Amino acid sequence: MADHAGDHERLDLSRLHHFHGGLKLPECKAAATATPLRTLPVPPRLILPLQQHIGEPARPVVAIGDQVRKGQLIARAEGYVSVPVHASTSGRVTDIGDYPVPHPSGLSAPAIVIDSDGDDTPVAGTPHGDYRSLDPSELRNRIRRAGIVGLGGAGFPTFIKMNPGPHKPVDLLLINGAECEPYISCDDMLMRERPQEVIEGIHILMHALQVGTCVIGVEDNKPEAIAALEQTVAADHRLGDIRVQAIPTLYPSGGEKQLIRILTGREVPSQGLPADIGIVCQNPATVAAVYHAIHRNEPLISRIVTVTGTGVEAPANLEVRIGTPMRHLIEACGGYTPGVDRMLMGGPMMGFALTSDALPVTKTTNCLLATTREELPPPEPPRPCIRCGECVRVCPAQLLPQQLYWFAHARDFDKAQDYNLFDCIECGCCAYVCPSRLPLVQYYRFAKTEIWAQERDRIKADIARQRHESRQERLEREKRERAERLKRKKQAVREGDDNSKQAAIQAALERARARKQTGADSPEKSD
Amino acid sequence: MEFRTYSSPHLSGTNHVGRLMRGVMLAALPGLILAWWFFGWGVLVNLVLAVSTCIGAEAAMLRMRRRPVRVTLGDGSAALTGLLLALALPPFAPWWIPVLGALFAIVIAKQLYGGLGYNPFNPAMVGYVVLLISFPREMTLWAPPQELADARLSLVQTLAWSLLGTLPAGTGIDAISMATPLDTIKTQLGLGLTLTEIQAGPRFGSLGGYGWEWVNLGFLLGGGWLLYRGTIQWQIPAGFLGGLFVMALLFYAADSDTYASPLFHLFSGAAMLGAFFIATDPVSASTTPRGRLVYGIGIGILVYIIRAWGGYPDGVAFAVLLMNMAVPTIDYYTQPRVYGQGGE
Repeated sequence: MADHAGDHERLDLSRLHHFHGGLKLPECKAAATATPLRTLPVPPRLILPLQQHIGEPARPVVAIGDQVRKGQLIARAEGYVSVPVHASTSGRVTDIGDYPVPHPSGLSAPAIVIDSDGDDTPVAGTPHGDYRSLDPSELRNRIRRAGIVGLGGAGFPTFIKMNPGPHKPVDLLLINGAECEPYISCDDMLMRERPQEVIEGIHILMHALQVGTCVIGVEDNKPEAIAALEQTVAADHRLGDIRVQAIPTLYPSGGEKQLIRILTGREVPSQGLPADIGIVCQNPATVAAVYHAIHRNEPLISRIVTVTGTGVEAPANLEVRIGTPMRHLIEACGGYTPGVDRMLMGGPMMGFALTSDALPVTKTTNCLLATTREELPPPEPPRPCIRCGECVRVCPAQLLPQQLYWFAHARDFDKAQDYNLFDCIECGCCAYVCPSRLPLVQYYRFAKTEIWAQERDRIKADIARQRHESRQERLEREKRERAERLKRKKQAVREGDDNSKQAAIQAALERARARKQTGADSPEKSD
Repeated sequence: MEFRTYSSPHLSGTNHVGRLMRGVMLAALPGLILAWWFFGWGVLVNLVLAVSTCIGAEAAMLRMRRRPVRVTLGDGSAALTGLLLALALPPFAPWWIPVLGALFAIVIAKQLYGGLGYNPFNPAMVGYVVLLISFPREMTLWAPPQELADARLSLVQTLAWSLLGTLPAGTGIDAISMATPLDTIKTQLGLGLTLTEIQAGPRFGSLGGYGWEWVNLGFLLGGGWLLYRGTIQWQIPAGFLGGLFVMALLFYAADSDTYASPLFHLFSGAAMLGAFFIATDPVSASTTPRGRLVYGIGIGILVYIIRAWGGYPDGVAFAVLLMNMAVPTIDYYTQPRVYGQGGE
């Protein structure tokens, strides 16, 4: 994209912009923000999945029976897009094997199980210098070694985002404190209660990215968080322009692309990254984790989780160790209410349903939402699409959701791609407003999965075809070469024959001539 | 503890097909009541016949197609088709006119295409057009607005006429029925009169035809409520009325003796009913925001062309059906710019 910073339009933060569509949703955040942040005690057993991030799963470096300390590396990153996993407390590794993990598929995945010894002994901390004395690549390495991923829910390794490459100059660090989904309030509570951790983390990231400007976007339904951040920024006299910007509460303003549009008016190119337009976007909890990793040399072993919904007695925000089974969180919030029906990880719009509460909290567990049937009734049977266009009106990607639905429904995946299926962010606005109650997002996910599968098959077929073709080519070449060799041999033989014949004739002639000469002489001599 | 799982989003709004359809029916009430007030019981007789036939036909077709009958009828779409058809029919039409129109609308134009959501043409308008070209005489049996009527039929007398074809002694249908103002203009312009002369008659009010202007105002009111409620979007009505207005203004400015004023056009015939209730049928209309504007403007222009130079006094039904045909093309060329796809 841009070769140098001048290629971006000048950063104009003086006014807010709009994204298309969006929804005003019931917020339902008050229940969990009524009480202050609490720290959950370390549970007797922790389950640490090896893949809590986007990319390759980490590889265990401990064995069953090993004693580990809090913060000790237990699985190292495998490949570039990967991050390590650390022990969340001290204790003994009791199992390494498949355990149910929070994932939409409901399947199990490899995990390391640690039985706590109750001491919570940390690994010996190594002293470290001021972050300003570290160069950006060293900071990125430390962020990677601390196992930090996007804590907003996606779980993309943070160090990769911090390394947009030499051809993508970054002129803005954006902190996504919008937290637009109903019910979720973990970032809100972090910003309210620990604003200095967020601001410190921002300073580190600004240094690592070498940017001078940072904007923290927060939806205006979080006045306490905005006030806390503003106070901290006002008391901060270091270099760097950090602003707190309130934005209107409108779902999904916390979508990365939507937030960038609101704050800068720029749009992330289709299939592109924010870095393509000079922006790096991070979640406040991720930034706070960076602060812990750099200042205190602590890897990512805990996070804040919102536990809420009418399905729990006393909703709250809890700071918990990664790997804590979810039922401990529910118990800490007074247990379930009698009518509990579903449990979601994440919010009601983009979260996914969990099968059980025995699953562990992972790095991406931002919210546990236990609901009753009254709160989230089971889906109604869908009716035919009446093409009312409500979905078009609310789509924040400005797609034509009903057209995508028809194409996905008819398995016309080429058409679906023509209509930009892959620009869909699966925010669920279309399904929310659909008067026919069509599970639209499910259709898009289905279409995307099918297209990926086709793509994989195509690549496989391509490889097979290439292999077949190169084999054919090799066989042809070998045949040709054989023929060539044979021809050469024959020719050589033929030429050899000719030469020897010629030579023989010549020799015979010579001999005859010699004989003639000698004969001519000899008769005289003999005569 | 184990839980049930569903796919996201888990939250859903209150929007519902049945709610939409009932909202549209409710919004048609002011226009309906005014039509009954000005044109008599025939309006309600048509309504009952058309709505009940639509519901009956839908139920029968659903049963034959082995689709859930009760749930589907609950969406209210069949009843709405009946209501819209009835509002378009002349009050003195015999009983088989609404029944036949409703049957055609539901059986042929809707269910044979696959039911709600799959019909490319507006079912009510298909039913109406079939009646209009098959039974031209019956389709002109419009009633005069009440103060202009010599005699007004009671409910019982209207039923007797509709069902049995009998009128009170001493009256003929030609005596009690009356051409619509749009029809009057068309005929009398043909006789060489100027508009000023034609519109001096008592059939004409200050905006459109006498009585008709009130009915149109009623539908405008209902349409405004639908817009306010978000049931319909502004593009189709604005395009329709804007297209009709601009066309009428152009020709009125050029020759006001032959071409009626823009306001007359907006408040005559089925202009408001068409703009807010018929053209906005989502199934057969364009779905992109810009496409809806194009679609509405197209209908408005066609309505004017048919009214001014076509063979029929009003042209909403034909205009809507013609634009229905153009919808796939309009939708294709008016796709919105997707986020991140360049341009502003």
